[in-house]
Amino acid sequence: MVDPIKMYPAKPSKVYFYATCLVDMFYPDAGMAGVQLLEREGIEVIYPEDQTCCGQPAYTSGYHDEARAVARAQLGLFPEDYPIVVPSGSCGGMMRKHYPDLFKDTTDDVKAAEIAGRVWELTDFLLNVCHIKLEDLGEPTTVAMHTSCSARREMGVAEVGPKLLGQLKNVNLVEQVRAEECCGFGGTFAVRHPEISGAMVSEKVDTLVNTGAKDFVTTDCGCLMNIAGYAEKNHKPMDGQHILSFLWERTGGNRSKP
Amino acid sequence: MSETAQPTPPQSAHHIDVKEFHPRARAAIHNPQIRQNFRKAMDGLMTKRKSAFEGWDLEALRDLGANIRLRALANLPDLLEQLEQKLTENGIKVHWASDGDEACEIVRDICIARDAKTVIKGKSMVSEEMELNHYLGEHGIEALESDLGEYIVQLADETPSHIIMPAIHKNTSEISQLLHDKTGTDLSNDVEYLTANARLQLREKFMNADVGVSGVNFAVAETGTLCLVENEGNGRMTTTVPPCHIAVTGIEKVVPNLEDVTGLLALLTRSATGQHITTYFNMISGPRKADEMDGPEEVHVVLVDNGRSTIYQDDELLDTLRCIRCGACMNHCPVYTRVGGHAYGTTYPGPIGAILMPHMVGLDEGRHLPTASSLCGACGEVCPVKIPIPDLLVRLRQESVDGDKLHPAKVSGHGAKRGAMEALIWKGWSWMHARPGLYRMGTSLGARFRKLQPGKLGGWTQYRTAPKLAAKTLHERMKERSQ
Repeated sequence: MVDPIKMYPAKPSKVYFYATCLVDMFYPDAGMAGVQLLEREGIEVIYPEDQTCCGQPAYTSGYHDEARAVARAQLGLFPEDYPIVVPSGSCGGMMRKHYPDLFKDTTDDVKAAEIAGRVWELTDFLLNVCHIKLEDLGEPTTVAMHTSCSARREMGVAEVGPKLLGQLKNVNLVEQVRAEECCGFGGTFAVRHPEISGAMVSEKVDTLVNTGAKDFVTTDCGCLMNIAGYAEKNHKPMDGQHILSFLWERTGGNRSKP
Repeated sequence: MSETAQPTPPQSAHHIDVKEFHPRARAAIHNPQIRQNFRKAMDGLMTKRKSAFEGWDLEALRDLGANIRLRALANLPDLLEQLEQKLTENGIKVHWASDGDEACEIVRDICIARDAKTVIKGKSMVSEEMELNHYLGEHGIEALESDLGEYIVQLADETPSHIIMPAIHKNTSEISQLLHDKTGTDLSNDVEYLTANARLQLREKFMNADVGVSGVNFAVAETGTLCLVENEGNGRMTTTVPPCHIAVTGIEKVVPNLEDVTGLLALLTRSATGQHITTYFNMISGPRKADEMDGPEEVHVVLVDNGRSTIYQDDELLDTLRCIRCGACMNHCPVYTRVGGHAYGTTYPGPIGAILMPHMVGLDEGRHLPTASSLCGACGEVCPVKIPIPDLLVRLRQESVDGDKLHPAKVSGHGAKRGAMEALIWKGWSWMHARPGLYRMGTSLGARFRKLQPGKLGGWTQYRTAPKLAAKTLHERMKERSQ
């Protein structure tokens, strides 16, 4: 599923920032952290105002006409050839991997394929395009990490998060058992099959708690919402954060004010 | 939507309502024994697979496997003709069955012609697909399973819960109790003892069986050879001891030549059970020759279509037929691990079942199967022949709601899951998200009035707190920043 060889571009002067609807509405701090991390790397961040959603929820539910209408509204947002960075493996995967399929046999096929080729998951971009060097200013702490399935398997960035966290000298990264197993989010899956999804997230939280860490970070807001939401509801000692927020805060950025 | 061009699904004698996935899944989720049995078994299988591939270039091997299967499928009609010719030359009688019922009739007729009363069976998922045991039983012919897992499942009057390990849903003490109740063996947690007893009982059946029925793992067109992979020796007994052997197989199992078998076999055993090679690998190339001491007098092959040729006609769905039935997709599936095989209510459970069974039972019956996945991609990642299972799940989801006007649905029973309310919700969702101004207004209002956000969101808040809308959207914050 993962591209066998990734051709990372040279570090650009500008990027398009595609925030995703979950970041926009529920986790804007993660989005701000991503923007600021990029800016600190000397990159000008362009935030297309007309961005909404990549269309994935409808796509994976089988409503491809509806997904295509929404996705088509995103195709015009990136006129220059700058990379498009996305703080999510899931939405990034939708754009990079599924846009070409979604627009096959349409007049937008070439455009969709061209855009797909410019989409990068943001942590991957920071590590492998910006070659970011992180200086840890935080207190010693222990965290676990959950890499989303789409970040791992569609965007092929399973190694990226641990490498970034590894740069933080006071952060002890611990790994839960069955780290590569899905947390049970799966978009509409969590609502269509609540019991199965509930069983999956309950085991995921148990394995995270068993690491001894009190906090976890993740590449995707869907997983964050699922895992942290389960822990909160069931009073489990596990708090979560988007990895971008964590990286930004550890390296001197302030938790931005709402 | 057009009501024409809906192919009729092959008739199946399914007694289980496939549509009732939800209640079965719920029951399994709340059954600690099921949960524990599957979790433990799947963890073991995943670990074994991983270590079996250590030192191998797994991606290169998977590419090889995929290419072998793609090449075979590209020439399927020609290969089947070649296979028939070579098998016939080897003295094997070839039969064609368009569906499970026809395949059952063929087996029955062979039995009747030989005045056969007892059939001993090696493991065959195609025979499960045909519901052969039930059919033969109705016609006065006793069919006894000789694979230990299948034997257990048959004693319990159940169906296999896994395509490689049919009784994986039972632990040792459950099996011990079952054998005690049905065959009178002592209760014991000693697997050796239980196995030895079952073997003793099966030995006698082998000696007296009139016909042996087996499956096929690979049918080699070039040489007319039937390959059978197994661990217990029951496959060899089934195919050599009774005077007549009938092999049943799906038409997609054909490969061009023997060399293709080596790559697929290396992938199959490692992916399935984490073995470098199984204890037995049988290559069957014909009935007993005049100067041979043993082997059956007659060998038959029943080539079963049962929906496969319809799948074959679609360039994308065709990939479903690459499958070599290793079961790795279910071993790695977090949904299968939670609900077990019986929840699916289908011959083939798990991810491969979710993409294959809708073609056999119809997408109306099987409408929930493609939804029983978080699309985590673990199945596609481990598939030894690189079937893009998640993509096929999405394709079938689309077909089940007639969700793509550009690519009209084709699978029998398509559109059955499309509900007026859900379709309306997606239309509304799409309408708003395709209009950036409206989206910004809606999300801003949501942020402003976030205190009014409902605390309960159906199945979501059954297990989790509701996600909390931020006080300001990122759009708003980025706008303020730029001013």
